Amino acid sequence: MERIPILKMGKFLLVTIQVDLYDRLALALEEDLVMMVHKTGAKGVLIDISALSIVDSFMGKIIGNIAAMSSILDAETVVVGMQPAVAITLIELGLPLSGVYTALNVERGMALLEARMPEETGNDRDNDDE
Amino acid sequence: MTGTMTTNNRETIIIQQERDLIICRNRVKDFAVRIGMGIVNQTKLITAVSELARNMLIYGGGGSVLLEVVSRGREPGISVVFQDKGPGIADITKAMQDGFTTGKSMGMGLPGAKRLASEFFIDSVVGKGTIVKIIKWKNG
Amino acid sequence: MTSNIIADLQSKRNIILENWIAQRELAEDFGGNFNSTDDLKTQSAELLDILLQTITSQNINDLYSSDLEPLFDYIGGLTVSRAKQGFSPRETAVYIFSLKDALLKVLGETISDNRELYTTTLEVSKFIDNIGITSFETFIRGREEVILSQSDEMAELSTPVIKVWDGIIAMPIIGTLDSARTQVVMENLLQGIVDNESSIAILDISGVPAVDSLVAQHLIKTVSAIRLLGADCIISGIRPEIAQTVVHLGIDLSKMVTKATLASALKYAFAALQLEVRRVAKEKSNL
Repeated sequence: MERIPILKMGKFLLVTIQVDLYDRLALALEEDLVMMVHKTGAKGVLIDISALSIVDSFMGKIIGNIAAMSSILDAETVVVGMQPAVAITLIELGLPLSGVYTALNVERGMALLEARMPEETGNDRDNDDE
Repeated sequence: MTGTMTTNNRETIIIQQERDLIICRNRVKDFAVRIGMGIVNQTKLITAVSELARNMLIYGGGGSVLLEVVSRGREPGISVVFQDKGPGIADITKAMQDGFTTGKSMGMGLPGAKRLASEFFIDSVVGKGTIVKIIKWKNG
Repeated sequence: MTSNIIADLQSKRNIILENWIAQRELAEDFGGNFNSTDDLKTQSAELLDILLQTITSQNINDLYSSDLEPLFDYIGGLTVSRAKQGFSPRETAVYIFSLKDALLKVLGETISDNRELYTTTLEVSKFIDNIGITSFETFIRGREEVILSQSDEMAELSTPVIKVWDGIIAMPIIGTLDSARTQVVMENLLQGIVDNESSIAILDISGVPAVDSLVAQHLIKTVSAIRLLGADCIISGIRPEIAQTVVHLGIDLSKMVTKATLASALKYAFAALQLEVRRVAKEKSNL
């Protein structure tokens, strides 16, 4: 069975969903991600869904599960790149994905996670904004 | 509903396993593109179909999906009929409430699909099966 | 009406036309809309010819018969062109009805049998009445098309996305916010956020006359959808009376960032983006 690749980028994990998610693939992703968070001790998970043309309640539930499970393992989850039509549809469906952080793209998502990291990392690079 | 509906195009898809859901979503998208439906309405329609087709697979043991291009006056639309021979729904009113579920889903399926569609009809007989029909108008 | 009578009318085409035009010229409402009697003559002759050519003893009682199509097409075209020239629908209808008088006059001279004259008169009256109604319908349909295209244009025009700053867009809403309008607003605003990579969107509702629970629900939906993209939404332009109704109706807007003016929304957005607006100390070397 095919699986969605999970990339480790420093303290974070990045998942880019490029294919149509059928339910078992989504469940496998949930399992793999939680395993990876545990194994790597990642502090954040970025899920890039910019290529997804639809997110239904099942996928919404998987995303919520990943966020909740990662949170228990002390990692924040950010969903990035949601298409406008998908966002409008999710709201109409009654699924606002509360409890999940969101960002416009991977770069912003990464910045959001950095900003939420506790001070211990000590990389105080807040001043290089324009 | 008002007016007569004329049928230009139809197709039946059998839903028996998970992968059929993706085929079904893709066929619905083709139909929606053909009538020039905008991206937001397209997404709403495909999402509603995904919800209902999955419901049918999980609770009804699979069934058939009938896609049709319909029209009211000058506005075209897509009608999708889901029919299964499953156990049926005992209390439709309850099933139409947000958050109600008998299975492992979030209970968004029926009420969510109703909000996403322009028109929604449901009929179910316990022991015989369930039929759900939705229509999404091009600009609806 | 027998085919003999129709043939008879066809042979007396010129007399009918003269009667009709003479009567139009005498009519009170024959005003400056026609450039000359010639225009009237050309149009009337065309209409009369088509009428006399298409009418048969059968279709006079069957308006939906397909061989009448050329006649109704012509009436449609005539109505549109007269409307463009500035004729009111009433003037066009009176013009068409006056053909009845011209026809009946000739019929009266042609048919000697009273009973036959009576039935024929009824048939002709009904037929011309229906032509008048068709003209009216064409006129109304034209109006409806104009209204529809205007409302489409208004929906587009009234929701401009304005890039206020790097990372900040704004959209002023003028007019009532109904479901259809919310769809357009949401679509444009969300697309604007993605196109401009904006992390903050300001929705200014100074131009929205009233906020009831339905409008509030639309606003909440918009804000939630914007959050899903990873941006924040500020609602600005909340007038005091709107604040009052919102509270009186028990609508909870506490989960949204709301500001009284666009200026204070902008200030909030600057703060969120860690930007600062300062007055520049005047230097003498300034231009």
